[in-house]
Amino acid sequence: MIVRDLSPATFRERLAGKGIRLAAGPFNCRLQSGVSEIADELAILYAHHPLIDDSEFVDFHVAIEPGRGLRRWLKPQAHFVVDAVEPFTPLPRPQALPMMEWGLNWCITAYSQHILVIHAASVAKGNRAAILPAPPGSGKSTLCAALVNRGWRLLSDELTLINLQTGDVMGLARPVNLKNASIDIIRAYAPDAFLTRPVHDTTKGTVAMMAPPEASVRAVNTPARPAWMVLPRYRAGSEATLTPMGNGTALMQIADNAMNYHILGTRGFEAVGRMVDECRSYSFEYSRLDDAIAIFDRLAAEGTP
Amino acid sequence: MSLLLRILRQPTEVRRLSPTEWDLLIRQTRHANLLGRLYHRLKAAGVEADMPARPRNHLLSGAVMADRQHHSIRHEALFLRDGLARAGLPLILLKGAAYVMAGLPAAQGRLFADVDILVPRARLADAESALMLTGWTSSTLDAYDQRYYRQWMHELPAMQHMFRGTALDVHHTILPPTSRLKPDAALLIEDSIEVPGLPGVRTLSLADLILHSAAHLFHEGEPDNLLRDLTDLDLLLRRLAENDSQWDALLARAIRLQLDGPLRLALRYTHRLLLTPVPARILDTLGCLKGGQPILDAMYERVLRPQHPSTRDWLTPAARKLLYVRAHWLRMPPHLLAYHLAHKAIFPPKTRSITGPTEAVNANKAA
Repeated sequence: MIVRDLSPATFRERLAGKGIRLAAGPFNCRLQSGVSEIADELAILYAHHPLIDDSEFVDFHVAIEPGRGLRRWLKPQAHFVVDAVEPFTPLPRPQALPMMEWGLNWCITAYSQHILVIHAASVAKGNRAAILPAPPGSGKSTLCAALVNRGWRLLSDELTLINLQTGDVMGLARPVNLKNASIDIIRAYAPDAFLTRPVHDTTKGTVAMMAPPEASVRAVNTPARPAWMVLPRYRAGSEATLTPMGNGTALMQIADNAMNYHILGTRGFEAVGRMVDECRSYSFEYSRLDDAIAIFDRLAAEGTP
Repeated sequence: MSLLLRILRQPTEVRRLSPTEWDLLIRQTRHANLLGRLYHRLKAAGVEADMPARPRNHLLSGAVMADRQHHSIRHEALFLRDGLARAGLPLILLKGAAYVMAGLPAAQGRLFADVDILVPRARLADAESALMLTGWTSSTLDAYDQRYYRQWMHELPAMQHMFRGTALDVHHTILPPTSRLKPDAALLIEDSIEVPGLPGVRTLSLADLILHSAAHLFHEGEPDNLLRDLTDLDLLLRRLAENDSQWDALLARAIRLQLDGPLRLALRYTHRLLLTPVPARILDTLGCLKGGQPILDAMYERVLRPQHPSTRDWLTPAARKLLYVRAHWLRMPPHLLAYHLAHKAIFPPKTRSITGPTEAVNANKAA
């Protein structure tokens, strides 16, 4: 059974009650929310994710709760709670839905030291993955959203997961976070994709979430092999150019963007080293999405690196 | 009895856990800060292969996190040693950092928020300035808090290294000078042991580590790590038990340091809850198993559970409050306590000073 099989009424009732239990790649999550207005969009974002049985182990028990007392009515807030622990300061209630996503990212980052977690988008063609580590504002999510609407498979938009034993990139296929100008760009570029209503005035500006493509969610448990490491940078008016990057620089790029590189010690170094050995690494400047996609498709056509 | 306690007592029982029981076990263990320790315990009990992949990932993550902290501590100890050497002082480590440096089983999976060290009270100012010269700064507190620490407490206000971020507690003794029990810190320093191969790095002796842990556990009012501390005691006592004659020495030492009261409670509850093997003669001499303290038992029976909603009952809030009151009662004479609580009521702290994994952070940092 998948989330879409639940009627909207059942989804709402479960979300407010015992929770929606679903599998997001390697993580089983139970989502609850006392903030009812996020239900409909949440149901679409996770429409194709498999539901799991009540008798299964859950990795993250997360909830969005409204404030208590006067706070319910006066400047209402949303609280993120993971199993009775509140790791963040509350946010204004209209930010409840992005907060659920940010909260899940926090859970993965804080609780997963059995894998390498890189702050990077990753997409795949066949069984080969392109990893896009980048600082905020580089256009990483925009590029990722564009690629997955043009035949690439979404592995992850925000956190790339590397299996320490095999070196594989594990799929996560959760919603893609779009910010500010990229919201309208992707709306125009992929009119069929579902985007949530924009949420204004977050610390990241205006944000909206794009639902992961159905095919990516269905294939989420098929891992991919790291093949390309591409450090993207959006620069208005530029021609799309791919510049090869030395292995040393590539290693530092991945290590800098790995959330738990410093925690994993030697194992982290080995995992990043293996990735760099297996990947062709590039820095990539672009302004037009179509040109960018063409370059990625050409990389994929070139055969095994 | 909580699921976590059941498994700590009888690790092989994990073989019979259903996925939902594993779910609860991981949640309780995370709340008790014991994920890494449980991982090592299950491994030692030979049931590693019986851990399903998902819960194993969480336990392993806890163990990896602890390993990382231990690595930092080994590094930090050398910096601290060199810093204190400027004042001609040895580094004497307490609690978690001591377990790690002394290579004790109590280090297994142990997480800690700070490094605790001991310096003679007469040399406190020298130690503080030597540490400041090597990059340690005092946290900003108001004048009242500064006075609270410097006049009434057994430690300086918490320090932090300005580049490495490590938190440091500089103690001059192990209980507040205002408390009813007054263990002589000079005796602790005298018996401290040098870490083999690391001149200038010392830890308290095993007996004193046990007594400090007991004093800390049964005199502090912050319940979130109490079960973790009890498992520390269990592991320390099991190490001590490897040589039977050390029990009598521990008892004598406790009396000498005025810490036989906390030791009695430590043995009572480790023995009852974690089945720590304690010789009958020791239990008898200290009266560890005597009845007649139903309120204390009811309180500790609750605050020594993993502090997770699943272990809560209607008396839990009262038990937590009582623990807090008891800790303050033991810490200060009544007039000082009244003065301190009145000040805190009139001028409540502006920011919460709790640090650690549950520290409030901005949601967007994680995204």
